[in-house]
Amino acid sequence: MFEIIAQHPIPAALVALGGLAIIFGAILGFAAVKFKVEGDPIVEQIDHLLPQTQCGQCGYPGCRPYAEAIANGDTINKCPPGGQNTINAIADLLDVEAPTLDEEHGEESDVKTVAYIREDECIGCTKCIQACPVDAILGAAKLMHTVIVSECTGCDLCVEPCPVDCIDMLPVEKGLADWKWNLPPSAEEQINALHPDDIIATDAKDDDTDHDAKHDGDNGEKAA
Amino acid sequence: MQEFAVILVSTILVNNFVLVQFLGLCPFMGVSSKLETAIGMAGATTFVLTLAAMSSYMVNSWILIPLDLEYLKTISFILVIAVVVQFTKMFIEKSSPLLYRVLGVFLPLITTNCAVLGVALQNTAKAHTLAESTLFGFGAAVGFSLVLILFSAMRERLAVADVPVPFKGAAIGMITAGLMSLAFMGFSGLV
Repeated sequence: MFEIIAQHPIPAALVALGGLAIIFGAILGFAAVKFKVEGDPIVEQIDHLLPQTQCGQCGYPGCRPYAEAIANGDTINKCPPGGQNTINAIADLLDVEAPTLDEEHGEESDVKTVAYIREDECIGCTKCIQACPVDAILGAAKLMHTVIVSECTGCDLCVEPCPVDCIDMLPVEKGLADWKWNLPPSAEEQINALHPDDIIATDAKDDDTDHDAKHDGDNGEKAA
Repeated sequence: MQEFAVILVSTILVNNFVLVQFLGLCPFMGVSSKLETAIGMAGATTFVLTLAAMSSYMVNSWILIPLDLEYLKTISFILVIAVVVQFTKMFIEKSSPLLYRVLGVFLPLITTNCAVLGVALQNTAKAHTLAESTLFGFGAAVGFSLVLILFSAMRERLAVADVPVPFKGAAIGMITAGLMSLAFMGFSGLV
């Protein structure tokens, strides 16, 4: 077999390279099936970090399209509802520097809000229903609308289209379910809160009186 | 056994592919700005180099030499390398999407890493056996990984160092690489 092929150098070269190409093609074809990637896993991970308000303030029709855009190289600072925390989390995931929030797309608000429709003034135009990205507004044409509070993500998108301006964004009231203790101040904050005179006084005094002076300082702090 | 140790020491330190033979400088400068990325690149290149050295030996001694086609070895080695790299790319895309994203274009560019072709060609020139070829490729990869990781650790420090303005960025990187190369010349009497 080898001798016959080896006597004809040009067919030999063609057979050798062609055979190699076929073998490697088969290996790669097998690998393509074996290591097939379902969707883009990085998109899933980014989408998971986004706040899922579907508000569209980033310029994309929802959180998942924005996640796809980030995976394709868009900037990560276009999500006002997520704020700086979301930007930091995505930057961490993608191993890039965390930029600050792009003010063009809106400002980060500290307080979570929900939409409230003043029902007496509502004319039943359904424009807010069409604007709502999460279908949190109930109502029909020429009938009063109302907001399902538990579904509302507080994205502001329904405020703009309302012709009679009867939608308010109200801060979510803190109930028993989400009330938390305030964290106690850190050691550094406690020292900073002390009156400067107290610190100088404790330094100047002897060791015996030092303890008392500190104690006084603490009492004064509590009284204040 | 001793000759295997000699091959390893020779490829890792004495004839280091990057700093002594100046092969594979593109990923050496390109992916060394972050330590984590450099470690990922080092792992991928180690895999590709070892596998490519082994399979190019097989192609050369089992197909090209019996058919008297040694003049085709460069093109067939390139074919082998391209396939191994493509295979690695698929494997990483499946197993670590994050590393796949971080390595980006440098992963397919392992194909054009001249260290990979250099290892394959030097294997045939030195008439290595299969075991020696594989070890030669592995040693070259370990040497590459070693200097890439050392260099990236230094560049991370350099990024925050007070470097004079004309030397900032790539310039100080080149100078550092030159100094490392000088340091590696100290190994030249070892084997």
